[in-house]
Amino acid sequence: MTVKNARALRWQSCASTILAAAAAAVLCGGCSVLDGPVLSPSGPISLAQRDLLFKAVAIMMIVIVPVFVMAAIFTRRYRGTNRKARYTPNFDFYWPLEIIVWGVPAAIIVWLSLHLWHYTYQLDPYKEIDPSVKPLQVQAIAQDWKWLFVYPEQNIAVVNELAMPVNTPVSIAITSDTAMNSLVIPALGGQIYAMAGMQTRLNLLADKTGTFWGRNVQYSGRGFADQQFRTLAQPPADFDAWVEKVKQSRKALDATAYDALAKPSQKVPVTYFSGVEPGLFDKIIAKYSHGDSDRAPHHVNAGTTD
Amino acid sequence: MDIFGRLTIESLPFYSAIAASGAAVTVLGALSVAAVITYFGAWRLVVFQWLSSVDHKKIGIMYIMLALVMLVRGFVDAAMMRSQQAIALNSDGYLPPGHFDQIFSSHGTIMIFFMAMPFLSGLINLIMPQQIGSRDVAFPFMNAVSLWLSTAGAALVLISLVIGKFSTAGWTGYPPYSGLEFTPGVGVDYWIWAVLISGFGSTMTGINFLVTIIKCRAPGMTMFRMPLFTWTVFITSVLIIFAFPALTVACAMLALDRTLGMHFFTNGMGGNMMNYINLFWLWGHPEVYILILPAFGVFSEVVAVFSQKRLFGYISLVLATMAIGLLSFTVWLHHFFTMGSSARVNSFFGTMTTIIAVPTGVKVFDWLLTMYRGRIVFKPPLLFTIGFLVTFVIGGLSGVLLALPPIDYLMHNTTFLIAHFHNMIIPGVLFGYLAGYMFWFPKAFGFKLNEKWGTRAFWCWIVGFYVAFMPLYVLGLLGMPRRMEHYEIAAWQPHLIVAAFGAFIILLGMICLGVQLWVSIRDRKEALDLTGDPWNGRSLEWATSSPAAPYNFAVLPKVECRDAWWDMKQRGVAYQRPEKYEDIVMPKNTFAGAVIGAAGFAFGFAMIWWIWWLALLSLAVIGAAIIVRASNDDDEFVMPASEVKAIEDARFAQLAKAPKNAMEGEPGFAGQPAPEPAA
Repeated sequence: MTVKNARALRWQSCASTILAAAAAAVLCGGCSVLDGPVLSPSGPISLAQRDLLFKAVAIMMIVIVPVFVMAAIFTRRYRGTNRKARYTPNFDFYWPLEIIVWGVPAAIIVWLSLHLWHYTYQLDPYKEIDPSVKPLQVQAIAQDWKWLFVYPEQNIAVVNELAMPVNTPVSIAITSDTAMNSLVIPALGGQIYAMAGMQTRLNLLADKTGTFWGRNVQYSGRGFADQQFRTLAQPPADFDAWVEKVKQSRKALDATAYDALAKPSQKVPVTYFSGVEPGLFDKIIAKYSHGDSDRAPHHVNAGTTD
Repeated sequence: MDIFGRLTIESLPFYSAIAASGAAVTVLGALSVAAVITYFGAWRLVVFQWLSSVDHKKIGIMYIMLALVMLVRGFVDAAMMRSQQAIALNSDGYLPPGHFDQIFSSHGTIMIFFMAMPFLSGLINLIMPQQIGSRDVAFPFMNAVSLWLSTAGAALVLISLVIGKFSTAGWTGYPPYSGLEFTPGVGVDYWIWAVLISGFGSTMTGINFLVTIIKCRAPGMTMFRMPLFTWTVFITSVLIIFAFPALTVACAMLALDRTLGMHFFTNGMGGNMMNYINLFWLWGHPEVYILILPAFGVFSEVVAVFSQKRLFGYISLVLATMAIGLLSFTVWLHHFFTMGSSARVNSFFGTMTTIIAVPTGVKVFDWLLTMYRGRIVFKPPLLFTIGFLVTFVIGGLSGVLLALPPIDYLMHNTTFLIAHFHNMIIPGVLFGYLAGYMFWFPKAFGFKLNEKWGTRAFWCWIVGFYVAFMPLYVLGLLGMPRRMEHYEIAAWQPHLIVAAFGAFIILLGMICLGVQLWVSIRDRKEALDLTGDPWNGRSLEWATSSPAAPYNFAVLPKVECRDAWWDMKQRGVAYQRPEKYEDIVMPKNTFAGAVIGAAGFAFGFAMIWWIWWLALLSLAVIGAAIIVRASNDDDEFVMPASEVKAIEDARFAQLAKAPKNAMEGEPGFAGQPAPEPAA
């Protein structure tokens, strides 16, 4: 009898240890994660993404909580040493239970799928955020190991800094002049791969001013860890001032300057270029695509940029 | 000069202390194995009884030994990554540049291809033929070839630590980064040839298991009387046969790009990396289910045996397994929602992915309902099963989240994804295999593993898992990408330190596993399994002696219902001496399998280092071995009835000394299977 009790006690104390450890991990994570870019978003896209996250977690609790409860109750009540519990060694089928175990998860998945379709269309990175407003056009080019942002309408280019006016849609056309990269700004949304010879697109909007970090998140070699950039979401007047500041730069991004920039380099400081070689972005794509018409983006509703 | 291709003295790892010590450990490990064999004077035994064996049980044991060695190596990689990230805030950490990248690549490659796959093949080899009442697998020789090709692949990964460097392109080897333009060294080639060669072995394994289940079942063993482990092996084999060719093609094309300068996946010249990514995940997603379905099978066996109750919802579990198998081919695109597909495409693949949660959920509930109104005995295999049930649903939750494309846009390539798939693979796959290892160990060796150390291993593993991976979920929500050698965001560091501490707890779990094995071998006389049925089991593998005779069953069993062995015990026809024994035809041992494996290794090594003469020579050796083996009609021998009788008589003598039921006296034992009283 004592042996049995010791066993049960050890089982319980171990179980409580694990619960405490899990709770501690969740709590210590909880305080800082709420301020993190994903759960405290700064744009409508990332906000909608977070709402979907919360909804999905909530609906799935319908299945997950019963699993925890059943696991706790069954392992305790039906432990072999508890001779008072009912024992039915041949109980292996009961059709109402079968209907529940198939039906409830299926119902949840139906609900979830409907939301999935709705949100996937709504938050399609290629979709223009507000068709009535002309978005700010930006072209992002992934290089080893930095990001080059070209503003074709302003005729400027910037390395490792992305400025945007607040509450204005931004449409970023993305390509790569190196290995595959992936562009994300966690506080605003993303991510989309950058691939040589191809153009992808990301539409974003910042509804709060601030400085957010963005980066490549697809491993691309030695300088990957430092391949990041600042995103400045500013009031329109500040953005215009920023554009003027960039235009003051004496460097221009002609073909020679571009080739020098495209060479592998790490921890590249923010660099401004006034004047960009016309059609630079398309030339970089053409360098790899050889005019392959299949590579042209098929459903770009934001329109091409030049 | 050219005779060694691009292999030079600079290929040895003297450029960094850490690389050199890794190489030293690898070499010393190999030497100490040789020393131990010499010390015990066991070379003859090893060479003639094991290296040349075509016995599915011995092959299974060798597979599992390979898996355990690679588990240690893969864990060392993991521990190095966790410690690097714990200290690498605004600093380069302790690893030399480029080393971290090799480690995350080798960790994933080893754990998937050379830990999980051999562990899976080992457990299946050991148990499945016995579960269906068969004397062997359908193709015993091909089985040996599969084993030695897997070993050749593993050896290539191990040797990359000593000669040259390993890939930095991650375990998925995405081009164009993995192309010659960005990674010109031998690293990616090591990865390609290790994966290709072992992949051949895996494909043949799948064919072997499928044919075995279809053709070699005992009389009366209809499909719907098969134990659930066998069912999961059946579906897994189908998945292997359909999925592995995609991997072989993808890797072969990448090898052509790198070796012959072709342009399948390069940036320019008409190459398209998206094709590789599609092909890779056409294999990669089914692969996840290839790994986990047999683990589900183990859980199904374990939960029924240790709840001393029939498995609840057998038909549901079989149908759910089939559904998962089918759906696993319809979801591969969810690995790259972020590649720019339209909302239509992403919604379809997202929906298909969430649908997989339904059959998986059914399984979880059926296992829980198996425990309902049971008499649960908490042996280590069951502890792993309960730990799995509770932890796996958390991974399922994060999996469904990642299946929603808008959420994946944010969480893809972050540590949230890392936490998710470790949350599936550690509790799902590894706990399943460890449960199977502890459950079936007596069947392989005739004695039980120490339960105290098994229980300790379980607690270290599960606590370590939570402490190591819950912080990675949090870090993902903080935006931390995967594969970061160093970082500048101070808020990440506390979580990374906790995660490193979790890895330390898992290290304790690994040590417990080692101690368990040591203590169990030392005290084996006190834990002998005399009956062959140490857990009061339900399926036919418990009908054989432990370890099983070379022929498994002297007389093939007649199956009348599910839980065939339980049924025999209930009807009182278990352990019956047959009236007479018959001659049994057995396959002869052969070295052809090991020769093909060794030549496969040499071929891979030659292709990596561009030593063309060696490549041709080893291909010729493989061809010759196949021709010689195929022309040999004298590949079987007859074990005479008298010898069978001698072995069986010894078994019955041992049974006479054994307790009637090995579980007798265990706290919680619910009693012998007995004829059911009339209702």
